Amino acid sequence: MTTTQAAPSVPITTAPAPVPAGRPALPLTTRLAALTRSGLVQTVLIVAAVAWLVPTVGLLVSSLRPKQVAATGGWWTALTEPAQLTLQNYTALLGGGDVPEALWNTVLISVPATLLTVALAAGAGYAFAWMRFPGRDAVFLGVVGLLVVPVQVGLIPVAKLEGAVGLFGTIPGVVLFHVGYGLPFAVFLMRNHFLEIPAELLEAARMDGCGEWRIFRTLALPLAAPAVASLCIFQFLWVWNDMLVALIFAGNDSQPLTVYLQSQMRQFGSNMDILAPGAFLSLLVPVGVFLCFQRFFIQGAMAGSVK
Amino acid sequence: MSLRSPRSGRASGGALRRHRGLALLFVLPALLLLGALVVYPIGYSVARSLFDASGHRFVGLDNYGTAFTDHATLTAVRNNAIWVAVAPALVTAVGLVFAVLTEKIRWATAFKLLVFMPMAISFLAAGIIFRTVYDADPHRGALNAAAVAVHDTFNDRSTYPGAHPRPGGGLDRAQGGDITAPTSTRVVLLPLVGVQPGALPATARTAQEPAGGDGVSGTVFLDFVPGGGGHPGRLDAGKKGLPGVTVQLRDGGRTVDTTTTAADGTFRFGAAPTATTSVVMPAANFAAPYRGVDWLGPAFITPAIIGAYIWIWAGFAMVIIAGGLANLPRETIEAARIDGAGEWQIFRRITVPQLAPVLGVVFITMVINVMKIFDLVYIIAPGPVQQDAGVLALRLYLVSFGGGNDQGLGSALSVLLLLLVVPVMLLNVRRFRGSRA
Repeated sequence: MTTTQAAPSVPITTAPAPVPAGRPALPLTTRLAALTRSGLVQTVLIVAAVAWLVPTVGLLVSSLRPKQVAATGGWWTALTEPAQLTLQNYTALLGGGDVPEALWNTVLISVPATLLTVALAAGAGYAFAWMRFPGRDAVFLGVVGLLVVPVQVGLIPVAKLEGAVGLFGTIPGVVLFHVGYGLPFAVFLMRNHFLEIPAELLEAARMDGCGEWRIFRTLALPLAAPAVASLCIFQFLWVWNDMLVALIFAGNDSQPLTVYLQSQMRQFGSNMDILAPGAFLSLLVPVGVFLCFQRFFIQGAMAGSVK
Repeated sequence: MSLRSPRSGRASGGALRRHRGLALLFVLPALLLLGALVVYPIGYSVARSLFDASGHRFVGLDNYGTAFTDHATLTAVRNNAIWVAVAPALVTAVGLVFAVLTEKIRWATAFKLLVFMPMAISFLAAGIIFRTVYDADPHRGALNAAAVAVHDTFNDRSTYPGAHPRPGGGLDRAQGGDITAPTSTRVVLLPLVGVQPGALPATARTAQEPAGGDGVSGTVFLDFVPGGGGHPGRLDAGKKGLPGVTVQLRDGGRTVDTTTTAADGTFRFGAAPTATTSVVMPAANFAAPYRGVDWLGPAFITPAIIGAYIWIWAGFAMVIIAGGLANLPRETIEAARIDGAGEWQIFRRITVPQLAPVLGVVFITMVINVMKIFDLVYIIAPGPVQQDAGVLALRLYLVSFGGGNDQGLGSALSVLLLLLVVPVMLLNVRRFRGSRA
């Protein structure tokens, strides 16, 4: 909320503000000053761009250097000796053992957690927007209140709860937790988007004798498709990137990639041949999603940053 | 997104009654999960925080007392305060600067994509990235490698770190590390030890006798014959010269001449010696090399992690602020420009005040976010300094699951975390009601 209201739908690719045409000719000193300033701006931004790029490039290059080579110097030495780079860390990592399984667990956790959250939130959001039931507004106010509850509050109690029903340490247990803490924002977002639909449209459908379920499925849901897409992307990345919840709720055979990599941190330095390619694999999917669905991603991230 | 009042409910009574059952079907699954996984845990945590680690003994507010007296937890509270005080303001400021500056360049889209991308990356991956960036060893950590490179560009690099004269060998080592041969003769031998033969530069040749003749000449050499033999302090066969050593001829406190040794360790000054001259090898020749900053040590760990946090979130701030900037009326700025206002004045007096609501949103979002910071600290801080870097959420995890095994204290910490966000919660609810009135 703190963000959602102010979140304008600006994709990154907005054009810079146009310079008004037909500006009167400026005196030379002013033009010189402007030139210096623009040089300064360019320099500052180039330095910033390098600072933002280098860490990730470093990870990529590190992930391509075999263990023996990595011990001989920093990753930047590979820039002058590209012969250092091989795919052997990746083939070793993906060839078997824990990483493919952890990667698969990540998928098994993130996909259901996303679909379930979005499905439940779409239904509830529609009901909060267009159906009448006792206490509707008060209950929704409660959902608004839950928006900022930190996941940390749920860790101990839900672990107990899931332990009691035998879900603790399983993939469904992790999924369930993510659904619970994804719901407040998801319901909030869906309800607000359903409200954007003109009442007359729904009224007309009702007049035509459409049932509420059919209206929801064939009219409301398609109209709210952009919101559904944003929500899917946001929730998917949230769960894919999660470490804390899985650290507690996943068992040894259900741990996702983040938890597996975390368990390798103890020998940091000596096992960069696992950590660097592992981390790079784990960020490939989010970055790919980001690049493909930029617009939705930014809307989702902006609206969801309250979490 | 609007928070307008619902416009539903105009359906006829019969339809409504039919709705009711269906409506329950729509909302109930979500509400049941919310109740069991979010609402119930709040109550459970409050209750559990009043009991001890075993969960059987009622201890009142003792756990909260512990939270503010226990050293590790107190450190966490203090660090959380530092995070909240520093990180949101920095992220907002960097985002603002980027948003304003990118309006003036052609490659704004590329820049924004680049800076926004870390948002998509998990804290774990970002943590691993920055753990390597901050590595103290300049042969592994990029930041220290850069620091060392910059340092060595502006300062002479010492050629023989740790080299020193043989004790009792006739050379003096001053307090500051200068090595002096107190001599007024024309020929001077400067034998040193403490250099690994393998660490000699490839250019080093067998040491030669000083050339003699006018002025002062001498040889700096490694007083060691590989394989043994030779006499200490003498120029025996097999001893290598030390090239590249800076040597000064001083008279009293004044430096008369400066030179550098050749491949065979020899050097020569034109000036003739007097009773007060001496040959000095300045300490800079032997100083330990600059190794950069210990970013992951106890002193710098929190600022270092905040740096990684800015790397992740500045793009988010930038994109939202740029969105606000695009919606600002251009007329005021143009008018000010025509009135002769400078860019800085426009920025401070017009842009920033007009952007205040957007800046506020970014700032508050970051505050909520920073209060719960966990992954980044857990990953970047190496085990031994984890306590120095500790924050509430990390402490909560360690206390309840990471070996502490005290879910009473853990629950108290989670209630504290919840209390920290209650003002925002109330603000949200009030705003929402206000928008419906």
